[in-house]
Amino acid sequence: MKLNYRIVIFALAIVFGIVFSVPSLLQTEQGKKVTLGLDLQGGLHMLLGVKTDEATKSRIKSIAASIKHFSDRKDILIDGLTFDEASVKFEVLDADDLTQVKEFLSEIEGVNINTNNLVLSLNLTPQEIVKTKKQAVDQAIETIRNRLDQFGLSEPIVARQGEEKILVELAGIKTQEEEQRARKLISRAAKLEMMAVDEARNARVNVMSDADAAEYGDVILSDVKDANRKYLIHEIPILEGGMLTNAAVGFDKNNRPLINFSLNAEGADIFGDFTGKNVGKRLAVVLDGKVYSAPNINERIGGGSGQISGNYTVMEAKDLAIALRSGALLAPIFLMEKRSVGPSLGADSIKASLIALVGGFVLVIIFMMVYYRLAGVVANIALIANLFILLAVMSLFGATLTLPGMAGIVLTVGMAVDANVIISERIRELIYEGKSMHKAIEEGYANAMSAILDANITTLIASVVLYVYGTGAIKGFAITMSIGILASMLTAILGTHGIYQMLESKINKTKDNKLWFGIKG
Amino acid sequence: MEFFKYTKTFNFMGKSKLAMIFSIVLVLASYGVLLTKGLNYGVDFAGGTIVQVKYDTTAPIKEMREKLKHDAIFENASITEFGSPDEVVIRMKTSTGSVTTDIGDVTREALKGTGNFEIRRVDIVGPKVGSELKEKGMMSLLLAIIGILIYVAFRFEWRFAVASIVALIHDVSIASGAIALVGLDVNLDVLAALLTLLGYSLNDTIIVFDRIREGVVKSRNVELADIINESITRTLARTTLTSLTTFFVVFTLFMFGGEIIHSFAFTLLVGIVVGTYSSIFVASPILLWFGFDVKNYHTKLAEKAKREAEKQRMRDQYESGVM
Repeated sequence: MKLNYRIVIFALAIVFGIVFSVPSLLQTEQGKKVTLGLDLQGGLHMLLGVKTDEATKSRIKSIAASIKHFSDRKDILIDGLTFDEASVKFEVLDADDLTQVKEFLSEIEGVNINTNNLVLSLNLTPQEIVKTKKQAVDQAIETIRNRLDQFGLSEPIVARQGEEKILVELAGIKTQEEEQRARKLISRAAKLEMMAVDEARNARVNVMSDADAAEYGDVILSDVKDANRKYLIHEIPILEGGMLTNAAVGFDKNNRPLINFSLNAEGADIFGDFTGKNVGKRLAVVLDGKVYSAPNINERIGGGSGQISGNYTVMEAKDLAIALRSGALLAPIFLMEKRSVGPSLGADSIKASLIALVGGFVLVIIFMMVYYRLAGVVANIALIANLFILLAVMSLFGATLTLPGMAGIVLTVGMAVDANVIISERIRELIYEGKSMHKAIEEGYANAMSAILDANITTLIASVVLYVYGTGAIKGFAITMSIGILASMLTAILGTHGIYQMLESKINKTKDNKLWFGIKG
Repeated sequence: MEFFKYTKTFNFMGKSKLAMIFSIVLVLASYGVLLTKGLNYGVDFAGGTIVQVKYDTTAPIKEMREKLKHDAIFENASITEFGSPDEVVIRMKTSTGSVTTDIGDVTREALKGTGNFEIRRVDIVGPKVGSELKEKGMMSLLLAIIGILIYVAFRFEWRFAVASIVALIHDVSIASGAIALVGLDVNLDVLAALLTLLGYSLNDTIIVFDRIREGVVKSRNVELADIINESITRTLARTTLTSLTTFFVVFTLFMFGGEIIHSFAFTLLVGIVVGTYSSIFVASPILLWFGFDVKNYHTKLAEKAKREAEKQRMRDQYESGVM
């Protein structure tokens, strides 16, 4: 037996393959492991879109709120403060205040201001609209990530895909309830607003239509516990959830869960001002368009903290607090794609693909041994090494193994022996031509090389295209195929060649073509 | 063991006209099926919703249909068995955009009282994502073919490239025809199978072409048909053996891999058979008909060898310092 560089590299590759595939095979605590795809371990995959139009609308709304607050504070009389999708409009009643108002407006970024006598209107600039929309997506990604980080699942994936799509992947969701909770948490707007009840007209709320309410600059909102109970509320909020600094679950005196929140300094100021001026009126705590409570204001409330009581379980209160803490979604999100796989289906898929893998593997191994005898055994060693290396490389890179990925491994088993079939056929030919064993092996490898390379590279081209253009599970197929092909070049070409070179003296001694290559002669 | 011992050269090219007629008929029939029956696009490409339900016992499909009738969401939903009698899929062409209300929950509610079941999979693909995936899919097939064309043209000669692409289109067409004929749902996995088929079928073709190239270079015979016949005969063992091993594993995948991988395995099964056939009977004859000129190639090769030798001589001279 003679050592040669090929066998040394091959041996090193085998050691590498075994060492790094052990963590995945035995599921050890330490070491890098292959990640199972959502289709194999069960989980939720969602592609979300963002309704960015709503973001510009809410930007307009908060501009209106700040104008209202400014005029209230400075005792400037304004009238007809209204807003639509892209603009705010109002009239200053006293011409003397105009410069002061204009000065204030000039500080608002990204708007064009038009003046028509005392009527002022503000439009968002086109750049501002683009910016707001982009921000809405950025913020949605950030918010969803924050929420899911606190949800308690291991390694949630939240990533931007394309311009304005958001990819959310949650592995290890075990039950329907858990999935439901996660979906609710993600999609919850969590838009908290403090709004004033229109006490002058609230008595007539039940006979008013939305259009009637709009005429007074009001909206009709219903109670969260009782949908029939309605409130007439000034559409422009006093303050918004953006000024929230903290939210946590607490309990009231009946031990029912509620949410304690606190506001930042600016929010506390506004809150104090408003409550001071409106003693005796009601303040509505509105969350996502539902009135949670509308207590009477008994006195000026300083300090900037408050409570949201509702009819929820501790779990719901906890999720709500998470949502409030992570901030509101500037714009609602919607579902573009969803794939959820239950853990039992994932387990079934693993079982089925393993059976196919083992079945195919055994068939190929037996076939090669019967057809090529020892040459087949050599090819089989390369095939086994190939599988170990494939698994090791995937573990090292933390690649994801999906169901199509398993199919890719099965296919690799079928195709990796191809190189050895080509080589063995060439060697047989050369033996028939009467070449010496040494010459037959060396020339066999040399002759087979170009065909094997060309064949593998074209398959690799198809795999790479598949990787670039494929999504999710299909990418897993491209990965296993590509690594399998590359590993087969190492094992099936270099490795087997090394084995033959090492055993050459033995082969020459026995001169048994039947034993070594399965042919007479 | 030896299935194909090389004793004499088979006259493959003599049968090439017959094979060509057979191929043309098959391809035309495939397009006929594709045009009349059409591909059955699954949710990945058409958009829509799939809910997979598994019962403890045989799924009461009739009862399920009855129950689902009451909800407008399930209008025009199709309910079919999936792999085994206790498993069914509900397919809908519609998809909801809501994140909170989930079709899985709705289905669970609607099917209450039909027995003990579990909702194992919900796939929702919105129309926008569906059309994007379709576009990307077409693009990837096209790009793969172009990439392969360039590589083969670079490694061999343009006639080889064109011949192998014709063979590829032949294979993909017939495989697509078979998919349409059986009425498989065309999803991403089928696309992946078609792309794999491209690579695989080309493997076979390239092995044969490699031999032809070798034959052209080595042999003194300038009759291309003879060279092709000998090359195919010489590679016949390899072609069939590799196809056989791959066929083995894909067949086990088809039999035992589970319902989800079924369409994938089916596409590959058809593809392997057609791909093997086409590398012998489609790609090579085309080379012949394109008028690949062995003599011409010989002169070109000789010139190239001369240039190489000249270069090598220059280099040797340069290295030994004799200029």
